Amino acid sequence: MHELALARGILAAALAHAGGRPVRRIDLTVGALRQVVPDSLAFNFALVAQGTPCEGARLEQHLEPARVRCPCGEAWELREPSFRCPRCGSSETAVIGGEDLLVEAIEVEEDPCTASG
Amino acid sequence: MHRIRVSVAEGVLDANDTIAAANRADFDRAGVRVVNLMSAPGAGKTSLLERALADGSRRPQAAASGRDSSAGGGAVEDGLGEVRVGVLEGDVQGSLDAERIASLHVPVTQLNTAPGFGGECHLDANMVRSALPAVPLDEIDLLIIENVGNLVCPAEFRVGEDARAMVSSVAEGEDKPLKYPLMFRACELVVINKIDLLPHLDFSLEQFLENLDRVNPRASHLLVSARTGEGVHAFAGWLASVASRETAAV
Repeated sequence: MHELALARGILAAALAHAGGRPVRRIDLTVGALRQVVPDSLAFNFALVAQGTPCEGARLEQHLEPARVRCPCGEAWELREPSFRCPRCGSSETAVIGGEDLLVEAIEVEEDPCTASG
Repeated sequence: MHRIRVSVAEGVLDANDTIAAANRADFDRAGVRVVNLMSAPGAGKTSLLERALADGSRRPQAAASGRDSSAGGGAVEDGLGEVRVGVLEGDVQGSLDAERIASLHVPVTQLNTAPGFGGECHLDANMVRSALPAVPLDEIDLLIIENVGNLVCPAEFRVGEDARAMVSSVAEGEDKPLKYPLMFRACELVVINKIDLLPHLDFSLEQFLENLDRVNPRASHLLVSARTGEGVHAFAGWLASVASRETAAV
């Protein structure tokens, strides 16, 4: 349900870099730990993008796997939310991947006649 | 007409986090520590606060301004002690909760996320910022921000707080840490409320704690009943311990 708020954040970031040019594609990195439902994010983005230069833009969501590392040296990819070290039982594990939520790049249409910088 | 790729490399929530940092700077300047209190709707945030603040108001109130920096050690035993608390009530609609808190003579500021029907399901840094002029930061040591009831969105949005805590009631079931790991991982304290209901429920406290440990092994927890008052004093003590933090790592 937080996808609406996230969609607004994505829209703001994309518009800030689009300079008024039509945006055709947005590349996102979505961490597996962010609890993002891809279809819901795409749906909500389409809604908030209506009437903006991002209308109709394709969201490319690249999933970043959740990775955790323990001071004992163990590192593993999380398949379920279980953050204790499976080897030594430590709670002092650190998430080293899967928490990002980034707009990496956008693809805009450049037309000398309509570009507004 | 051709397409070009523009590098952005921006966090989706960067704009929010920038404003949260500005809020935090204001809080720090005023010497106010801030707790962001979250939960599902109906978990008992307001009841817990009412009980905890009443617990504090039975004690002598501080006459002088400024915080006693030595309060940290005995915080739990002393409850809220002399900590001056203010509350920022986040609700989609209405001021029912704010009225309940105000009746305890605690400065309370209402923040509605919707001017009409259907508003935001969480507080973000900008909403909190817009409410700050109405919050008497000079008169309080601790601001408790009661977020909108929701186990998903509030976990995403920092508002400039020093500590995040959540209330999870036993009536919600023991599976909630596994279903909402984002929220349970965002909080350093999980207050397990409505424990007076335990005899009437199939809720397994052991299983809940096991689930919590899987998702957030570093979280502390408190067992409370806002209804009977059990454990509320310890929660008040935790609030006081946040108020006495010099700086906080969030």
